[in-house]
Amino acid sequence: MPELKLMKGNEAIAEAAIRAGADGYFGYPITPQSEILEYLMVEDAHKRTGMVILQAESELAAINMVYGAACTGKKIMTSSSSPGISLMQEGISYIAGAELPCLIVNVVRGGPGLGTIQPSQADYFQSVKGGGHGDYRLIVLAPASVQEMSDFVPLGFDLAFKYRIPVLILSDGVIGQMMEKVDLFDQVPRATEFDQSWVLSGKTHDRPKNTITSLDLEALDMEKHNHHLQAKYKLIEQNEVRYEEILCDDAEFIFIAYGASARICQKATQLARDKGLKVGLFRPITLFPFPKKEIFARSEKLKAILSVEMSAGQMIEDIQLATKFRVKSEHFGRYGGVIHSPSEVLEAMENLIKSCDNGNK
Amino acid sequence: METNNIISPENLVYKKTSLLTDKILTFCPGCGHGTTHRIVMEVVDEMGIQSEVIGVAPVGCSVLAYDFMNIDMVGAAHGRAPAVATGIKRVYPEKFVFTYQGDGDLAAIGTSETIHACNRGENITIVFINNGIYGMTGGQMAPTSLEGMKTSTSPYGRNVETMGYPLKITDLIARLEGVYYVSRQAVHTAAAVRKAKKAIRIAFENQKLKKGVSFVEIVSNCNSNWKQSPVKANQWMEENMFPYYPLGDIKVGGVLV
Repeated sequence: MPELKLMKGNEAIAEAAIRAGADGYFGYPITPQSEILEYLMVEDAHKRTGMVILQAESELAAINMVYGAACTGKKIMTSSSSPGISLMQEGISYIAGAELPCLIVNVVRGGPGLGTIQPSQADYFQSVKGGGHGDYRLIVLAPASVQEMSDFVPLGFDLAFKYRIPVLILSDGVIGQMMEKVDLFDQVPRATEFDQSWVLSGKTHDRPKNTITSLDLEALDMEKHNHHLQAKYKLIEQNEVRYEEILCDDAEFIFIAYGASARICQKATQLARDKGLKVGLFRPITLFPFPKKEIFARSEKLKAILSVEMSAGQMIEDIQLATKFRVKSEHFGRYGGVIHSPSEVLEAMENLIKSCDNGNK
Repeated sequence: METNNIISPENLVYKKTSLLTDKILTFCPGCGHGTTHRIVMEVVDEMGIQSEVIGVAPVGCSVLAYDFMNIDMVGAAHGRAPAVATGIKRVYPEKFVFTYQGDGDLAAIGTSETIHACNRGENITIVFINNGIYGMTGGQMAPTSLEGMKTSTSPYGRNVETMGYPLKITDLIARLEGVYYVSRQAVHTAAAVRKAKKAIRIAFENQKLKKGVSFVEIVSNCNSNWKQSPVKANQWMEENMFPYYPLGDIKVGGVLV
């Protein structure tokens, strides 16, 4: 039975984790995402489903608890915000190298350094290019509503297990903190059987011992492992691209934005349409895999693209690569914890449109 | 007697436990790791818990422990084994979970994970090899290197005024409420091996009690990096390591000895 609730984005993630049948959460408090750990404790998730909740001594410990617990083939997750996610990068690289499924949530705040507790989208590069050492990728999901904060938890787990890969939900302080109604999905029971071809659960007489590691001292073997990882990322790029289009059919100009910026651009798109401007919004839902082909396919009929992100301009680089520079693409964004308003975004779009018109004269 | 005759089945008085793989150990001759690997696996074998045990290997000389131990294992990042073991044990409380770590791993880079896993009273076993040096990276100073000890990064001897004191991490850990059993042992003589094995057995049996961490330190040699013969290294260990890291039980049944 559907259950409608008014919730914060962070609370929706926590509730969704319980309902998705997650087996463990390991985390460390950091603003603006502490509600996730708090909610799991208040809700006594352990009593509800048997889910293990543990406050670790650091993000470093938390991600390594995730690494250990994920070795069992159970559904394991953590969450943090930018500085904490930086601290987790060593562990994420190990998890990616060892090919373990898990779910990581980053409710991004402004940086660099300790930065600020206000919202930001400046962790894009870190999220989509790997983040830690070595050649690896995560599947990166970017929710733009509290509903998606909930929905992307089971989706994230499904993808994590489908490809044995860490999945990152890249949220931000706006989506994490704002309240919206959520249609909560029904409780999924926790799994009781695990894929004995790779999990750690104790070596039984009927199977060889299982070893989980990211180490191989033979360079040629390590190269082979890297080839295998790259092939997996290619497959993910083929199969898992997700995006949404709003008023793009007849659009001459489009915003490309994800997360909170997509919500702001949605409003700006409406305002532009009210003024008779042919503006649309293309919202990548997966940031890796990035909807390269889809953006390229649309770029021919466009006059310009405005990438809007609460950063100094990170996603714009992927857009320019996707369009092969055949359409004018610019970046707009407030950053360092400042959120752009729909009118600011609209103004930036109008300026872009004007510059295109002038160029044509 | 011919060699074939000596090794014929009826003459065998000792054999390798099946819980060690057939892979040839990569440790230096005279090193304590091989013996410790063996007694840990013998304990698992004798307890009949192969199908219930999950091990965590560290970074250091024993990084490849999972190649030698015939059980389910994971290789942790440097120092993080207690956190990795925590994750496993929390989602599998009925399994036997242990870490196997060296001094650099446990007492330098992993100090925080070690102390907090111990303080939370995780029901795990920690086997800690202390040879006072970084073996795998080629003989650098460890947190447990003795005062005056020459290593590649303390070539004129450890100067405690600038390099700090050798860390008695085991004594520190023994004082934590979450720790149930602590023993310091060695594996350089047959008698020492028997005692060490007994301690490791207790440390594994304790997991059934769910009363917290069981911790066994093995004071060992690193003859290659100490630049001594195996025999000489053991003598040096007895004369220098044992006075600073005395052998014996430190905490039993939750009570300091």
